[in-house]
Amino acid sequence: MTAPTGYPTQALTMAKAINLGLRNALDGDPTVLLMGQDIGRLGGVFRVTDGLQRDFGQIRVVDTPLAESGIVGTAIGLAMRGYRPVCEIQFDGFIFPAFDQITTQLAKMHYRTHGRISLPVVIRVPYGGGIGAVEHHSESPEVLFAHTAGLRVVTPATPADAYSMIQEAIASPDPVLFFEPKGRYWDRARVRLTPYGTVSAIGLDGAHVARPGADVTVVAHGPTVATALRAAEAAAADGISLEVVDLRTLSPLDTATVVASVRRTGRCVVVHEAPVLYGTGAEVAARVTEECFFHLQAPVLRVGGFHAPYPPSRIEHDYLPSLDRVLDAVDRVLAT
Amino acid sequence: MSEPELVRMLTPSGERLACPAYDSRVAHLDADALRGLYRDIVLVRRFDTESTALQRQGELGLFTPALGQEAAQVGSARALAPQDYVFPSYREHGVAHVRGLDLVDLLRQFRGVDHGGWDTAAHNFHLFTLVIGSHTLHATGYAMGVQRDGLVGTGDPARDTAVVVYFGDGATSQGDVNEAMVFSAVNNAPLVLFCQNNQWAISVPASGQSRVPLVERGRGFGIPSVQVDGNDVLACYAVTAEALERAHSGGGPTYIEAVTYRMGAHTTSDDPTRYRSADEEESWRRRDPLDRLRAHLEGLGELPAPFVAAVEAEAEALGERVRREVRAMQPPPAQSMFEHVYATPHAVVAAERAWFEEYEASFAAPARPQEGEAR
Repeated sequence: MTAPTGYPTQALTMAKAINLGLRNALDGDPTVLLMGQDIGRLGGVFRVTDGLQRDFGQIRVVDTPLAESGIVGTAIGLAMRGYRPVCEIQFDGFIFPAFDQITTQLAKMHYRTHGRISLPVVIRVPYGGGIGAVEHHSESPEVLFAHTAGLRVVTPATPADAYSMIQEAIASPDPVLFFEPKGRYWDRARVRLTPYGTVSAIGLDGAHVARPGADVTVVAHGPTVATALRAAEAAAADGISLEVVDLRTLSPLDTATVVASVRRTGRCVVVHEAPVLYGTGAEVAARVTEECFFHLQAPVLRVGGFHAPYPPSRIEHDYLPSLDRVLDAVDRVLAT
Repeated sequence: MSEPELVRMLTPSGERLACPAYDSRVAHLDADALRGLYRDIVLVRRFDTESTALQRQGELGLFTPALGQEAAQVGSARALAPQDYVFPSYREHGVAHVRGLDLVDLLRQFRGVDHGGWDTAAHNFHLFTLVIGSHTLHATGYAMGVQRDGLVGTGDPARDTAVVVYFGDGATSQGDVNEAMVFSAVNNAPLVLFCQNNQWAISVPASGQSRVPLVERGRGFGIPSVQVDGNDVLACYAVTAEALERAHSGGGPTYIEAVTYRMGAHTTSDDPTRYRSADEEESWRRRDPLDRLRAHLEGLGELPAPFVAAVEAEAEALGERVRREVRAMQPPPAQSMFEHVYATPHAVVAAERAWFEEYEASFAAPARPQEGEAR
């Protein structure tokens, strides 16, 4: 991934990187609005929108009533009128009251109007587990939206990607589901502070090789990219070279980057927090099988959540794809 | 139903009632204007009849008759300013006609050749929405956008803009409609929530949606609310004009319950004899909105036979054109299903489209080998 040079870099948490990205968009485009529960005076329950209502006012940074369908439904109307709403859904498990508006309305408007109406709406969703939260606060519903034509579904894994991708999502004329790995909000890394409107080489549509390797391709997205990178460190100590692909986007799915990697390594493990049944791993495995069948040395394996409700937090670490479970899958594909 | 508060200006037999609170709203409607409303209703009713017949002939997959609701639709829509924006549900053929749409375009969806069928910006009339009540939130958001555009309370009647959303008695039970009332109320949005209570949500009566008159729904949210005789075109015009004035001037939303009756089926797939009585239908036929307006005009001596004949001829011509143009509607090319899924290129759509086109092309007759070419 190439970042434009000539702009300063700064060490930022992912939460602060998104905050700065939102600030840039509000500064750069007067039609950008932020909408959500507690995002104004409080700055959001994760403080991602901290200070933005103070600086941009209540007309542009809107504390909405407590109704998710209402947030997305009114965002659709605002977008029809020429605005670019950025909605925050407070937690993953609370997106379902808005599921109808997102899938039956937001996703289809451009299609049914023959492109006369585009809906540049971004829906930010803090998602994923590992933070010791109560029920409905740790889920990974991203594929439910990737399954719906008309939506783009992206998820950053690093502060730098969070900073650039939120701005590119807002600039996109398509609706974008922007899944933020809340367990990584406080990860810190250097971010190049490009201005709003910068078009990165990779954009919103591409996967990225986060760590090159030779023996096994590990495909991850959002919160599990860091897990995969730690697995690669651990495996390297045993002389095993893992290539980590950060998908970055689930819709579109950048099959080419995954396929190119698996054709080199011949082995593939897909890691995500969402349940494996009908999940991203199933899709990646099917596409890898179609396009890399004669390069594969072992079946594609999936490491992810189980077909059970997200468990109470004291046992969530046994549900989530841990470093050990990733390494176990790596061992199994190498044993074949 | 709390009849005493029902706003009514015409009795079922067409006599004009004094209505001090609203008389001024219709004072400018002269005999020509009333004849215009008559013409609107006759044309829309003919469109309804033709469309129902076309469905019976297999030319349409489905149709949603507006029969009986024309006064509520025409009366309210005639009160709108051109810049006002309308979000219909899926039965607002009368509103579409008043907004200037070609009614034939409404049938593209029912013919199965389109999910929309018209340019929404051309007449400030949105596409039909089939997920009940979803569009009330779009209307609310659109009205919040109008506020941000500074087009409320300017005092300029050519600029002040309102949004009108149509929905039915069944929709009032939907969460989205209730959320639309919450959002429009707290934002003071320039919105008119126009509920046509046609008494039946397919087979469930309005009493199955609410234990209070539906007009109370709006009041519960702190929204000024009015119940109007939905088969009285003058009263529907008057209450909508009042609501629009409130919205245009910055007074916020209004909720209107227009008490009317769906004289036909919910859709052409429905069979109302399974859930309502012939007596009930007959009692509402005696309150037919067209009969009422006709009687009123006749009572005034303002419905000359040549005018009636001219409108009848116009309706006949419309019917003929609907038949001809619907039968001529062709399905779009199959690969059009891949168009406009996204506003910007999407690799999965592009790949699937390429595969589909190659697959289709594989059925084409193979080219004849050229002379001298190896076989």
